[in-house]
Amino acid sequence: MLFNHDVVIVGAGGAGLMAALYAKEGGADVAVVSKLHPLRSHTGAAQGGIGAALANEEEDHWMWHAFDTIKGSDYIGDQDAILIMCQDAPRTIIELEHYGVPFSRNKQGLISQRRFGGHTRNYGESAVRRACHAADRTGHAILHTLYDQCTRKGVRFYDEFQVLDLLQTPDGTVNGVVAYEILSGDLHTFHAKHVCFATGGYGRAFQTTSNAHAGTGDGLALTLRAGIPLEDMEFVQFHPTGLYRLGILITEGARGEGGILRNNSGERFMERYAPTVKDLAPRDLISQAIYKEIREGRGINGEPYVYLDMTHVGADILEKKLPEITTFSRTYLGVDPVTQPIPIAPTCHYAMGGIPTDYNGQVEKGQRGDFVQGFYAAGECACVSIHGANRLGTNSLTDLVVFGRRVGMHMAERLRTEGRTKEPLIADPEKRTREMLDGILARQDGENVATVRADLQDSMMKGVSVFRTDETLTEALSDLKTLRARARATTVRDKGKRFNTDLLDAVELQHMVEYAEAIAAGALRRTESRGAHSRDDYPSRDDAAWLKHTLYWSNGEGEYRFADKPVTMKTDEFPQFKPKERKY
Amino acid sequence: MQLNVKVKRFNPEKDSAPYWQDYTVNADPMDTALYLLLKIKWFQDGTLTFRKSCAHGICGSDAMQINGENKLACSILVKDIAKNDGDLVAFEPLPGSPVVKDLVIDQTRFFDKYRAVMPWLINGSPAPEKERLQSAADQEIIEDATKCILCGACTHACPSTWADPNYLGPAALLKAYRYTFDTRDEGASDRLRVVDSGEGLWKCYTIFNCVQACPKEIDITRWLSALKRRAVLEKVG
Repeated sequence: MLFNHDVVIVGAGGAGLMAALYAKEGGADVAVVSKLHPLRSHTGAAQGGIGAALANEEEDHWMWHAFDTIKGSDYIGDQDAILIMCQDAPRTIIELEHYGVPFSRNKQGLISQRRFGGHTRNYGESAVRRACHAADRTGHAILHTLYDQCTRKGVRFYDEFQVLDLLQTPDGTVNGVVAYEILSGDLHTFHAKHVCFATGGYGRAFQTTSNAHAGTGDGLALTLRAGIPLEDMEFVQFHPTGLYRLGILITEGARGEGGILRNNSGERFMERYAPTVKDLAPRDLISQAIYKEIREGRGINGEPYVYLDMTHVGADILEKKLPEITTFSRTYLGVDPVTQPIPIAPTCHYAMGGIPTDYNGQVEKGQRGDFVQGFYAAGECACVSIHGANRLGTNSLTDLVVFGRRVGMHMAERLRTEGRTKEPLIADPEKRTREMLDGILARQDGENVATVRADLQDSMMKGVSVFRTDETLTEALSDLKTLRARARATTVRDKGKRFNTDLLDAVELQHMVEYAEAIAAGALRRTESRGAHSRDDYPSRDDAAWLKHTLYWSNGEGEYRFADKPVTMKTDEFPQFKPKERKY
Repeated sequence: MQLNVKVKRFNPEKDSAPYWQDYTVNADPMDTALYLLLKIKWFQDGTLTFRKSCAHGICGSDAMQINGENKLACSILVKDIAKNDGDLVAFEPLPGSPVVKDLVIDQTRFFDKYRAVMPWLINGSPAPEKERLQSAADQEIIEDATKCILCGACTHACPSTWADPNYLGPAALLKAYRYTFDTRDEGASDRLRVVDSGEGLWKCYTIFNCVQACPKEIDITRWLSALKRRAVLEKVG
């Protein structure tokens, strides 16, 4: 079928729903197309908070928030975009509150705020309470409220429609998508004036991850295939506190409420790595510190994990302010955080890189201001770049809502002022997708999807996780060559039309190989250590050579090329944003 | 240990009726029930179909019946449903909605009911510059209800819903409670008109199946009772 809408948003998490809500309020006819029911989106798993300098608990300023974000990014976040985000954040949170988000409250009846890693007062002096939260289910509270409001406003939802192709005119203008209706197995074309990708993250390419099964980076793979680059893909965040072996997230809010990391001798080891803020250092530093402790034999019982100790925090705070993670620990590990320390290890958590955009979410072909017409991106799949080489906790939700909102408003504004018409579709727009799916369904005697996927996750974990070297990355890239061929030669057992998730697993595996190569190749090229990208063979940050973004193009056949993009600095106006050594 | 896993299969494309299929799965007592299904899907039978996403009990995709009780497959461990080698673990779709395929149900009616209760904050007063104030105690009134993940375990455990498919059911009514009792909301009378009806609140006979089924341990019946009292007060003033 052919569906016509002004705006088609792909993905229904925080960024997608914010874009939908604000575009709809701006008068646009909006469709949201998502492979999951919107409420199943991974924004719902965000726990500890959303950062904004509301100053509800103590003095705070958006400028301090901007400084922390820039320093947290290890100085390759774009400073213009960061200033916009930190300035926009308070009013966006207030709008969310007006929409009904059930935030936790402080004694004055204001939104309650708590401490989080890397967020400080007065340019690094000490930890500040900036994380607005709804207990430890902040993302869930925001996701549900946004869905409620989109329902109220009449946003058109296409639930369980998986987008498999991005449509362009011969000159590259984006004018629609092709989606596979999971229920029926039918392909549909969506013809639009503006398409926005809000397709989320890609942690599933790694063995240990806090990400949902759905986090397979589909939007990134489709973007690459359209000849559009990805930016800064080598920067992958490992969150320090995943439940040991499972990778399920334990919020940084646990340390914000007083939790302490301990090694096998009970030592609070973060005192050695970050003497000022200790357990509230940014995630890159803590994950690297945990790995160092483990490597040097100070893991618990010689095993690759350490403890998150909450036993001194008290049952009341655990039950009231951290109920979800308390339950997770009890359910999945049989460990009661009230009386026992929680076994934790770093878990793949967040993609700093993604589809390059400006601060209105307009996708760039390469250099700044050179836009792909009709194409926007927001949320984790986008690279604005706010987070640079390392994202601060709470800034993912801030990014989603601030830039989702800006994209929605920008699309609606353009529709009002430009009187844009839809560019004509190419002939038989579903052809490429139909042939790809038919090819998978027709294949007999290929490898099993899960086996190839497990090998991919293993290669990425071994070669491209917290510590990287020339050797590990080269090996991963060589594995990826083989994996690309294997991913294209899998066989699925389910040959039917109806709700065929077996088929979609095979498609997603091909997407995973595409962006995994971008991560590994970018990491091999960047011969320095910065933020979450830590090279044993190049242990220092090298601003002279590498204070710049990476752009990556691929032809989909394992051939790729790179370009550099300068980081936008505002250091003339704000000398405090000049790159310095990162100490906490 | 080795478990005997039975799944109620049904693909309307080719099956005339549902049937049970047996699988043998090696499992660790600390594995989730979801992982049992994933192991089958990945390595034994790719045609087995179910929904899943976050795999830790917050997205609400994988509510289903496990050994006869409505559960989130990702939030229950093997040790809680099987003790010994050869023990039986049975998976069925949630009862009371049409089956799309295997463990996947058609949620259209479930979300129609959600939409019917005006599940959004209604406040026509001009918005202040800052947040609307709400005391921690007032927030506490709705806190439990805001935990709802709309997985459907409750509504599909409710005998009143089984008997009358048009009954709004616990999930939608809990949503009505969550907004009606939000001190920032001004839409109570409109919302109560919807729920104070033959297909609404009064079909709740406090059977407590919903409470037992809720994976987030929400005290649903308690909040629905509060909503009933509010509906009566609204009328008698």
